[in-house]
Amino acid sequence: MPISFGHSVMIIVVVSICTYFTRAAAFLLLGGKREVPSSVKYLGKVLPPAIIAILVVYCLKGINPVSFPFGLPEIIAVLCVGLLHIWQRNNLLSIGLGTIIYMVLIQLVF
Amino acid sequence: MKKTFKYAFIQTLPVLFGYLFMGFAFGILFEKAGYNFIWAFFVSLICYAGSMQFVLITLLTGGASAIHSAFMTLMINFRHIFYGLSLIERFKEAGKTKFYLIHALTDETYSLLCLVKPKEGMQDKKLMLYISILDHVYWIIGCVLGALVGQIISFDTTGIDFAMTALFVVILVEQWKESKQHLPAIIGGGCAIISLLVFGSDNFLPPALLVTVLMLLFYRANMEKQS
Repeated sequence: MPISFGHSVMIIVVVSICTYFTRAAAFLLLGGKREVPSSVKYLGKVLPPAIIAILVVYCLKGINPVSFPFGLPEIIAVLCVGLLHIWQRNNLLSIGLGTIIYMVLIQLVF
Repeated sequence: MKKTFKYAFIQTLPVLFGYLFMGFAFGILFEKAGYNFIWAFFVSLICYAGSMQFVLITLLTGGASAIHSAFMTLMINFRHIFYGLSLIERFKEAGKTKFYLIHALTDETYSLLCLVKPKEGMQDKKLMLYISILDHVYWIIGCVLGALVGQIISFDTTGIDFAMTALFVVILVEQWKESKQHLPAIIGGGCAIISLLVFGSDNFLPPALLVTVLMLLFYRANMEKQS
């Protein structure tokens, strides 16, 4: 474990409660007949793609562009996943093969 | 009842394979981060969130604070608020099982519930419950198996955590294809990169999320005109 037992449990419980809250929010706040505020509706439409783009950057934050290998394994693997998915649109294939390509790159090539 | 269960099982088959695979990937990563199959079991049981569980691993390895964890979860799972909206009426009939149905409302279960309607002689609340439980069980089995196999396998797993990055890239491509508006993704990605350069890898996320939301609100009129 990278952190203490108590700290781990705390994070897991907080994430679980907040997840439940987001799933229950519509029922809690709008169980009646009230209309959803238009700004909330709008954010619900545009926020997901924005968040996913942020998460991709979040996953790649460890790249160091000024020293070898300059993030090349990550860039190559991300391109492979993206192109594979545009081409075949098969989740398991894109994720599975992309991960294998990345593992080969950092273990054997770089 | 048997008929309803069989029907629910057939409808959940696509999720079965997806969940076993993604759960398995989560289990391996989670085990590698230092949490065995018992942890994987409880997390998949009480947290039960696809992409959020992957982010949870980074929260744990980074030793995140409660506020940071809550903030991340609320932002990433914001979309769930909208799943509930279309189910308020159907869930009203479900009585006490409603509390579990809400807990089990993942992206995949939500799309199944929208798609699958009860056939003659079937109770909607039973059908919804069976679909939710089956999906949940697939996910738990995947996560626990992944953690167990992660403990046993001896090959070099360096780099296997790229599965999480690949997952998000796949979702990004899917959303890009489905939507005509690409500005939200560009704003999100752009803010994240700029924030990363300004604040560094440990602190870039809150400012990136905040500026993204503000910019999305700022461009609201513009984007609603387009669509």
